[in-house]
Amino acid sequence: MDLKDKLVSSFLAFENNVDVDHPVHDIRSEAIKNFELKGFPDRKQEAWKYTSLNSLQKIDFSIFPKQINALEYKDVKRYFLHEIDTYKIVFIDGVYSSFLSETTHDGVDICLMSAALSKPMYKQIIDVYFNKVASKDESLTTLNTAFSKEGAYIYIPKNKMPKKPIEILHFATGNEAALLLQPRNLIIAEENAELQIIERHQSLTSNEVLTNCVTEIFAAKNAIVDYYKVQNDVKNASLIDNTYISQKSNSVVKVHTFSFGGKLTRNNLNYYQNGEYIDSTMKGVTILGEKQHVDHHTLVHHREPNCESHQDYKGIYGEKSIGVFNGKIIVDKIAQKTNAFQQNNNILISDKATINTKPQLEIFADDVKCSHGCTIGQLDEEALFYLQTRGIPKKEAAALLMYAFANNVLESVRIPELKMRINRLIAKKLGVQLGFDL
Amino acid sequence: MLKVNNLHAGVEGNEILNGINLEVKAGEVHAIMGPNGSGKSTLASVIAGKEEFEITEGNIELDGVDLEDTSPEERAHKGIFLSFQYPVEIPGVSVTNFMKTAINESRKARGLEDMPANQMLKLIREKSELLEIDRKFLSRSLNEGFSGGEKKRNEIFQMAMLEPKLAILDETDSGLDIDALRIVANGVNKLRGKDNAIIVITHYQRLLEYIIPDFVHVIHDGKIVKSGTKELALELEDKGYDWLKNESVV
Repeated sequence: MDLKDKLVSSFLAFENNVDVDHPVHDIRSEAIKNFELKGFPDRKQEAWKYTSLNSLQKIDFSIFPKQINALEYKDVKRYFLHEIDTYKIVFIDGVYSSFLSETTHDGVDICLMSAALSKPMYKQIIDVYFNKVASKDESLTTLNTAFSKEGAYIYIPKNKMPKKPIEILHFATGNEAALLLQPRNLIIAEENAELQIIERHQSLTSNEVLTNCVTEIFAAKNAIVDYYKVQNDVKNASLIDNTYISQKSNSVVKVHTFSFGGKLTRNNLNYYQNGEYIDSTMKGVTILGEKQHVDHHTLVHHREPNCESHQDYKGIYGEKSIGVFNGKIIVDKIAQKTNAFQQNNNILISDKATINTKPQLEIFADDVKCSHGCTIGQLDEEALFYLQTRGIPKKEAAALLMYAFANNVLESVRIPELKMRINRLIAKKLGVQLGFDL
Repeated sequence: MLKVNNLHAGVEGNEILNGINLEVKAGEVHAIMGPNGSGKSTLASVIAGKEEFEITEGNIELDGVDLEDTSPEERAHKGIFLSFQYPVEIPGVSVTNFMKTAINESRKARGLEDMPANQMLKLIREKSELLEIDRKFLSRSLNEGFSGGEKKRNEIFQMAMLEPKLAILDETDSGLDIDALRIVANGVNKLRGKDNAIIVITHYQRLLEYIIPDFVHVIHDGKIVKSGTKELALELEDKGYDWLKNESVV
């Protein structure tokens, strides 16, 4: 049985474990119909031209883990930002781990989607927000919606700010031969609320894992959301991340995506501006080797006047790795005075590495500033020579230059310990010891 | 210390250096002058080991050892330093961290441990005072947003930190106002010693009023066409390069 059929038939089993009378179940039922109709995307579709899911579909993934697995904190501590205190929402093979988590209901709700979907006190919010910005016809998103049950639920009321950053961690133990995970996150920042989130998907063995994650983020007036995605998974782990963001006036939502690991990673990052004076910022550093494949698909839909969007993605591709960047900006006729900036700069450090980069601008307003720039280059020989004449060996010199190339993406990381961690990951990924913390 | 013997070098079959002979002894300062495109900067890059240039004939020796197949970093570890005409910007890496990396890489190559932090700080303080460099400057990203003068001063600061045996200053005076020129020249003069040597490459005589050379050489069409003492620089200032170009034809 192919993966699509397996998923569709598993939906019946899934229904035995959820409240089918809950309004959300109507949403799920609609969603599985859509997925059944559309199936997995293929390369004939423009948006999937450079990324094939064919080989993943041949793997016999378990849809539900057969048993509940546990992990010791000491074994996974290094995946947490343990240098500082954080709230933690942790899942092991898709199942919430209260042992590893630190949630709260103290003025803010930092807890579980399963709780939000089942307890009456959250019903009103779920009715207003759940599946309201996520796509209802994109097949992988609807696949996630159909099986949506667990994930992070974060609600920050007006004028509130959690005391510390929030980490969302998904571990895969590898106790299954191959596991499909479908976390579903809902994040709501009310007026003037502010929060920081760090998200990570981590497999702990070499068994196959595929994660199809959907995150909905709602930022009300003046809200500030910083979202950091740390993608440094192991060789046999693949991720399809679908993030949908709805912003109201004067809100600022910044998503940083650090892609260093994994087998295949697809980031679908979608911003919808529903107010004026909004700042939508997305930044990324991608450093790949081996046969890794990362595909960044961004969308910013400017629907109101006087808003900004900023995109800055840097990529360094070695060995036989493949990168894709597709940045779509839509500016509606009404959205005058829009400032939309997009940058995608790439360095190929191997003859066998590939980057496909494509800006896609659809502008219907006439008084706008939109810029986009894609570059693909090699390391600057003159700069390498400069560093070598200072006694720095070629390999370290190249690493320093690559770090410098990626640097301005790191400058906007507002959690110093995270920035330091990313710096170390970059140094490690580039295979160098520089004698100081970058 | 440095011996350049009948050096022919170029890029992709295009010969730029046409048989350079030059000997620089410890304690000496040599000035190399010449019109644009004469091969001055190429000579500097070839001595520092730039791989883009191919040596077709002749060789370069440092302390009697042929530098053939020696990488730029190995040459740096042996004590060759090149101050760049256009220093490269490295965002995100501070001047201090860059110097730490450079110094410790050289020490590593010589089998030494990393320089202890307090010693490093002391050295940085001492050398930055020499070049009248503000402390804040040291925490800025290397060359990023630096003015032309700041970049050149920073080059000489790096030279002071690395204490090279042979320093080659490529057009260090270009883009400097008179105050900056004085500070840079003063820094260089303080680094002169009986055990090291300096090659100053310049288009104009101006810098040589501050860094007084023992010898002056004029390059034209990739060849040294005239050598002399510091008076030659003054003569060039008066007459330009044309009279030498004619001389080379004869």
